Order: sequence, then structure tokens, then C-alpha cells
Amino acid sequence: MTKSFYGTVLSSPLMLGTAQYPSPDILRDAAKAAQPGVVTVSLRRESAGERAGQAFWTMIQELGVPVLPNTAGCHTVKEAVTTAHMAREVFGTDWVKLEVIGELDTLQPDVFGLVEAARVLTEDGFKVFPYTTEDLVVAERLLAVGCEVLMPWGAPIGSGKGLNNVFGLRALRAHFPDVPLVVDAGIGVPSHAAQALEMGYDAVLINTAVAKAGDPALMAEAFRCAVQAGALARKADPMEERDMAVPSTPVAGKAMLA
Amino acid sequence: MQIVVNDDVHEVSAKTLAALIDELGYGGARIATAMDGSFVPVPQRAQTVLRDGARIEIVAPMQGG
Repeated sequence: MTKSFYGTVLSSPLMLGTAQYPSPDILRDAAKAAQPGVVTVSLRRESAGERAGQAFWTMIQELGVPVLPNTAGCHTVKEAVTTAHMAREVFGTDWVKLEVIGELDTLQPDVFGLVEAARVLTEDGFKVFPYTTEDLVVAERLLAVGCEVLMPWGAPIGSGKGLNNVFGLRALRAHFPDVPLVVDAGIGVPSHAAQALEMGYDAVLINTAVAKAGDPALMAEAFRCAVQAGALARKADPMEERDMAVPSTPVAGKAMLA
Repeated sequence: MQIVVNDDVHEVSAKTLAALIDELGYGGARIATAMDGSFVPVPQRAQTVLRDGARIEIVAPMQGG
């Protein structure tokens, strides 16, 4: 079943980050190859002379893909809320990928601050995409304050380790069958993305895995194929795992040669 | 009057945030502003009076993950 994200059905379950590419041209090529349903963007200080942000924004608009601004780098509720307000004005969207970072080694979310910031922003009319852990209780709290999407991490941001806690992610999927779920962070290769989609996740958010590949555009295409494969496999209803072998070739009719 | 913009000190004659943006050369740019840690929406910039030492943040679209 294709779920909508705050009423919007995405054209692809691939959300693509726009940071860390070797050049703007390579970012553009990668984004075209990925054909993402969403691109994520951010805000940084602008110099009146360089106006780097203006050129970037023109390029993003030319992609014609919905943008999801983030609050990356925010460590407090106040910072995240203020950044979200600035992003809403600059990008003209009430979507926000809410990050409240709690710890620098793992960049894991401060889930207490996250819930509070999500509450404040939802009351202010934002449609919050919270970057969270796979913790069920935190997920409940986020939904209770108005979030309609959850974005649990697969592994620490930029680590490329894939789905570290498959059991936890599977439990989250099973517990919230109707909530759009996105694996955000930690995906390193296309098979990780396919795995998330096969498990029933509705989308994945990829950045470093594409931007830091030797050939970002080619890797973007690989991820495009991977999410398609994962989504198709989910729809096809994968077989159940077994602990013991079961012959796939029929035994009946086998010649008695022993 | 001295104003701190994105951590750099500027000597400016502007009295309001809207005038400051023009004076610094941001006219027409897609930016968002905050003063002393609080968001100042576009419609409020003209009424936002600067004081000596105010800390202004001016941000724009940037790459993000």
C-alpha cells in the first residue's frame, strides 16, 4: 500500500540528501539519476557578496522535486524551532525534517528534545518528519504530539553501516502499520535500501552513500533500482524464513538409484 | 552603530533590520533572518529596530542531508 506523507504521495520512495557532493554539477547529475521523491536541504549563513545559497536554490528548483528542509546541527529545542521557522519562510514549505542532535560521536537524536520540538512545531502548523531512533515509546510520543511520519535511523549518520537493529525496525513497522516510516541515516549501499523497503518501510533517505561514492551519479542510479526492487518485493509478499532446509526440487518421482 | 552579522562586526547606519539587509547588499536575496536568537519574519523586518550590539543571523538555502 502506498502511503502519503502528510497528504502527498511521493513519486519515489527514495529521499536524496544534497550535501557533500564533489561539485554542484555532480549533485545535479546524481539527483537526475536517482529520480528521488524528495530532496533534503538545509540553511546556512549567507554572505552578501558570494550569495552561494541563491545559486544552490536555483539549481534545486530546476530539479522539480519536493524539498524537505532539515534542522541539521541543532542541539536544542529553541535552535531547532527557530531554524524550522526560517526554513519555512525560505523554502516555502511547512515540511521539516526535525533533527535535535543529542550526542556528537553518534549524532543520535536527543529524543526528549525531539518530542518537545515536534510538539511546538506541530502547534505552529509544521508537518514534522522527526529523525528519531527505533524506540517504540519515543515513536508513540512523537505521534501523540502530532507527527504523522517517523524517520528512525538505520545506523549513525554517515556511518554506512546499514540497518543496525533489524529487529527494532521490524517491530516498529509491525507496531505502526499505518504510519509512513522512513529509514533515515546509516544506509551505505543499495542492498541496505532494498532491505528497508522489503521490510515494509515506505521510504529511505540517502545522502553520504551517494555523495561519497566514487561515481555518485552511478550510485544514485543503483539506489533508484534498489528501492524499486525492494518495493516490488514487499508488494510480492516475501516467503517466510525457515531454520531448516526444504527441498525445492520435488522428491516424488525421483529415480531410486541408491 | 555596531551590529554583529553572522559573527562579523559591521558599522552600519541602518536603523531597522530591513534597512540593514539593503545596506549590506542582500537586496532581493532569498534569505531568512533572526535577531538575538529569535526568528524575524519578512513582514516584521521593517518594524524591527536595531540596537547597538544586536546579533543578526542571515541564512540562505544550502546543501543538506
